[in-house]
Amino acid sequence: MTTCKECGSEITLPDDVVENEIIDCEACGVELEVVKLDPLEIDLAPEEQEDWGE
Amino acid sequence: MKIRLGILFSRLRLEEKLIIEEAKRRQGVELIPLDSRKLVLRPDERPELDILLDREISQSRALHVLQILQNSGVECINRYDMVRICGDKVFTSKALHDAGVPTPEVKVAFTRESALSVMEKMGYPVVLKPVDGSWGRLIAKIESRNAAEAILEHKSYLSSYYHSIFYIQEYIHKPDRDIRAYVLGDETICATYRTSQSWLTNVARGGKAIECPVTPELHEICIQAAGAVGGGSMAVDLMETPDGYTVHEINCAMEFKGNMRAVDVNIPQRILDYCVERAMLKMEAMN
Repeated sequence: MTTCKECGSEITLPDDVVENEIIDCEACGVELEVVKLDPLEIDLAPEEQEDWGE
Repeated sequence: MKIRLGILFSRLRLEEKLIIEEAKRRQGVELIPLDSRKLVLRPDERPELDILLDREISQSRALHVLQILQNSGVECINRYDMVRICGDKVFTSKALHDAGVPTPEVKVAFTRESALSVMEKMGYPVVLKPVDGSWGRLIAKIESRNAAEAILEHKSYLSSYYHSIFYIQEYIHKPDRDIRAYVLGDETICATYRTSQSWLTNVARGGKAIECPVTPELHEICIQAAGAVGGGSMAVDLMETPDGYTVHEINCAMEFKGNMRAVDVNIPQRILDYCVERAMLKMEAMN
């Protein structure tokens, strides 16, 4: 359990969460990145850049 | 001896997570994650990798990493030239055209005036796309001269130089769907129809995916398209016309989370199989 960096809502991480995984805050919709697992650290995920794509 | 598989990324989407999980399950594979945000390379860098899988979301970063590592002897999926071609719609159109792969008619202009002039000649609607980018971003279906003038003016205020290269594509009157086919090497492993009420069918924009059978005809054009850009691992986007398929885009670091539930193929597993196959071929060639 952690809290959203944007809105402060509680966030439950999936059991199989991995470092650097992107998760969505269900309350405000912001994307968060799991920066570190031990100790748990989350931050706002990088914002979309113009050269992003597939 | 294990295959040392590097995975280049900076954003761990579901796709990268599944590929990494698959790599960890393979006893013959040593996974080496390469987060580009932490990567520092010298021009002569030669990391101890047998193969690099590029899953970098930033095309600029991917190209620079591939340029260094590939030229230092690392086998890369995909190769620099292929990523460069697929990352630019003009280059992709040129490659498809030169290889005789059916693809929509395209005109490239470099000023607002010449762009407007060519749209008038082509007739509306036309489709204006940025030469780079994905997910249907900043793509416009232009249905009149008034709309063309407004959009061209808006583009002149965008910061990137690339917005002053005008990629103008004929509008294809198609069913409310297009096709995404996944190609690994010489195999079309699966395909989906992407349907949408919008003329844009990108799953990233809400398009829905259902399975599309890989017919010999679909496979043939996909392999032709893949060969045109240099081969490797990719998603080929096609539209259906009365005259057959037409290929409008090729994605070199393809996403698949929105499509994989629609198909009975384990896409991350197949990508890993392909990486192992390519690494073994490279290792055999060196011995």
